[in-house]
Amino acid sequence: MSEQPLLSVRGLTLGIRHKNDSVTTIVDGVDFEVAEGERFGIVGESGSGKSLTLRAIANLLPRGVEVLSGSIDYRGRDLVRMPADGRRRLAGPEIAMIFQEPMTALNPVMKVGEQIAESPRRHLGLGKEEAHRLAVEMMRRTGIPDPARRAHAYPHELSGGLRQRIMIAMALSCSPKLLLCDEPTTALDVTVQHQVLRLLERLCEDTGTALVFVTHDLGVVNQTCRELAVMYAGGIVERGKVKEVFADPRHPYTKGLLDSAPDFDRPDHELVAIPGFPPDVFDRPAGCAFAPRCVYAVDHCLEASPPLEPVLPDREAACFESATIFERTPA
Amino acid sequence: MSTPTAVLVGFKARRRASRRRSLKPWYRNGTLMAGIVIVALLVLVALCAPLLTPYSPIAQHLEDALQAPSAAHWLGTDKYGRDVLTRLLWSTRVDLRIGFLAVFIPFVVGSVLGGLAGYFGGWLDLIVMRIVDVFFAFPFYIMVIVLVFVLGSGEASIYLAIAAVSWVSYAKIIRGEVLVAKQQDYVVAARLGGVPHATILLRHIGPNVLSQAIIYAMSDIVMDIMAIVTLGYLGLGIAPPTAEWGSMILDGQEFITTQWEQATIPGLAVVVTSLGLSLLGDGLSDLLSPDRRK
Amino acid sequence: MSTAQTPPAVLRVSGITKAYRVGRGLIRRVAGAQHNTLKALDGVDLELRRGEVLALVGESGSGKSTLAKILVNSTTPTSGTVEEAGLKAGATRRERARRVQMVFQDPYSSLNPRLTVGSMLAELLTLHRIVPRKEIRQESIRLLGRVGLREDVLDAYPSQFSGGQRQRIAIARALAVRPDVLVADEPVSALDVSVQATILDLFRSLQAELGLSILFIAHNLAVVQHLSQRVAVMYLGRIVEVAETAELFANPRHPYTRALIDSIPRMSAESVNDLFDIEGEPPSPFDVPSGCRFHPRCPVAVDRCRREDPALMRVGAAHQSACLLAEDLAPYPGAQKAEEAR
Repeated sequence: MSEQPLLSVRGLTLGIRHKNDSVTTIVDGVDFEVAEGERFGIVGESGSGKSLTLRAIANLLPRGVEVLSGSIDYRGRDLVRMPADGRRRLAGPEIAMIFQEPMTALNPVMKVGEQIAESPRRHLGLGKEEAHRLAVEMMRRTGIPDPARRAHAYPHELSGGLRQRIMIAMALSCSPKLLLCDEPTTALDVTVQHQVLRLLERLCEDTGTALVFVTHDLGVVNQTCRELAVMYAGGIVERGKVKEVFADPRHPYTKGLLDSAPDFDRPDHELVAIPGFPPDVFDRPAGCAFAPRCVYAVDHCLEASPPLEPVLPDREAACFESATIFERTPA
Repeated sequence: MSTPTAVLVGFKARRRASRRRSLKPWYRNGTLMAGIVIVALLVLVALCAPLLTPYSPIAQHLEDALQAPSAAHWLGTDKYGRDVLTRLLWSTRVDLRIGFLAVFIPFVVGSVLGGLAGYFGGWLDLIVMRIVDVFFAFPFYIMVIVLVFVLGSGEASIYLAIAAVSWVSYAKIIRGEVLVAKQQDYVVAARLGGVPHATILLRHIGPNVLSQAIIYAMSDIVMDIMAIVTLGYLGLGIAPPTAEWGSMILDGQEFITTQWEQATIPGLAVVVTSLGLSLLGDGLSDLLSPDRRK
Repeated sequence: MSTAQTPPAVLRVSGITKAYRVGRGLIRRVAGAQHNTLKALDGVDLELRRGEVLALVGESGSGKSTLAKILVNSTTPTSGTVEEAGLKAGATRRERARRVQMVFQDPYSSLNPRLTVGSMLAELLTLHRIVPRKEIRQESIRLLGRVGLREDVLDAYPSQFSGGQRQRIAIARALAVRPDVLVADEPVSALDVSVQATILDLFRSLQAELGLSILFIAHNLAVVQHLSQRVAVMYLGRIVEVAETAELFANPRHPYTRALIDSIPRMSAESVNDLFDIEGEPPSPFDVPSGCRFHPRCPVAVDRCRREDPALMRVGAAHQSACLLAEDLAPYPGAQKAEEAR
């Protein structure tokens, strides 16, 4: 933690402010840091707030949802309090995003080559010819066969995997420092997902781009990221290095997730589901949000909400009982 | 093998949550309430017309013709000496009744034909939809006017003319909705369960597609009332001396320079009625639109 | 998993093809445009044995959903036959429908939003005269208990439930008519990870306790490995490999299966095997490659593969593969790892 992190999210709280001044909090006090060139995964189920957190960084919050408190510092500048045109200038050359469904993120009536070239023309001041050459080059680097011809295709003429590659080419066209990924491979077939993940990893390595990768798939995060935050009901419950967290989870929810997901390398391991289901955003329990589903919960868990605290070197967990539950390992 | 016991929990909690999330209750929907209030008032006026004024809407008193508004005649009298307010109130009866009734037949006919065409497809769909296309090629008012002209004026021919022309809209709406609904997994599931076609149509598809037709019917009533008023204005509608907004406008327009209210007030009544029904339709569409995901 | 007696088939399809003609509009016909024929299925033979979970695996466009539709008789094949064991000749539509039931992928669209759970079940119970009228409520409660739901669910509407609970209701509906076969089309892929396991568990208990035969369509091989006894891998309208689950994953005999296995995002393995990193995406079913349909993406394809279209061939005791080189494929590195793990 010597140098300044690329991205530093502090106490980020997102929610809906209703007409009668009541507030529904959806994401509650999220803290994390992403160093330059880091690959940071956020894992959680639907409703955990992982996508909203990402969208807050990208300034793409859906209407009605706003940042209630906290800060998002990007290279020392707070994005939350930055004027709108300042943020727009960052989008592209500094921060880029790719989405789950490329079809909805691409303009259906514009050739993909032009779409890729748009951002470099605006942000890097390239001429039409140069930008087009860059677009074709980006398409080649994202492994699109016959890029010069495909640059003249419209999105609907391409397969899902190719569209996702176009999105990646678009996102990386201005060599951003930070790439935000919202479940970019969930809609893809297994073999194609594999190719796209491989590609993302390689490109980010080449350009030194940092990655914030939101997914519900534990396997995908293991293949893509080094650092990990697990989110549940709007808060981070555990944070650490992916491999270490997977090997030795320190929060009952993380453990539950790992136990419930089928692991191809451990076919005989019995799947244990987490009882119940995640709480409704409008009806979150008091105390620890996971307590009602937690087999280890004690009275205290129902009363107070546990803070995210260091439990191991390089590891934080938000659980009062973490030490007791997982004490078998020497500290 | 383990039985799924761990999940026998939590249903109650979920139920509470989803109820809270469900949108505000129907009576908090401003549009719907405004529509209901306006339409209810109109219906009330229509029902109570005889009680609201002491005059007859048709009896002529030529000696009192064309009086200006006064304490006795709030809106004055027309060229036959009839009280304009009385005729206005009685008109509500006629126009609302025909408006509502005229919607009923095309609603049923169109929904049934559209539903069958959409569900079974094939030649039935082909025939029904070609007929629909033919009807759609002619403008609504022109068709109604021509038909009434052919059938002769009177209430019965108005119903017939409107029914003949406007069923196609319902057929088109319902067919489109059925085409979507029959692809839904729950309909496929019912079919796989061996549920007969009639039951699938009535029980599984019907309730999920009718709301669109009901919403449309609200705006259709407006169209029908406009058609009746137009016919009345053209002298093709309800035969005089029955009070009806269209014929009132026709009667009043001769005197538009001296007694503007005679033609204007019935026109305003048409506007208010349309507004009320439109608000009701909008409100209903908020209320009835199936929340597909949640 | 050595040679125990093979149970009899409850459902057998042979030589199934399904072609869709696309773009047959009047103008195109007049203009003389040629028909586009989409071959969703191109000669599929498969049997589902009594009491087994058979997984059907493949990517989009492989035809697995089309095959499911044919099995549940919601669409008819262009050619080929579907045999149901024990079905009497002249059985009614209703009786045929009863025997094979389906569980859908999206539990949000598979339940009628305007019917209560109770009336949904009662409809089927009455229709098929499963129980006398006065026992319907009792039977519905039993069904709900079977899938892990309580009695108070009966009067609720689908919108009051979470995805996992909806999927349970959908399963209860499928079970209501006492089917022999359950076709489950990606039944957990729309659910949250922590909920998936409970539904998988439920399928397993249905198989074990009711003796149901289940065709489980999936794209997640880790799920398949945990649930099924046998796996059939589909590619572009064909079955390219069938084997018992353990055998298939330890010793895949088709390059596509190997590629699939190597594409699984692993949770614990340090690195993924890169030997079978295939390029490109499945070609369009409008334009099936000549020869072996996998050859354009196959890392080991030889000249022969471009010319010959291999059929499913026996390569082991209960193992079939449609690869011309099945015998020559290098031993699968994963096999050793699996051995060591044991």
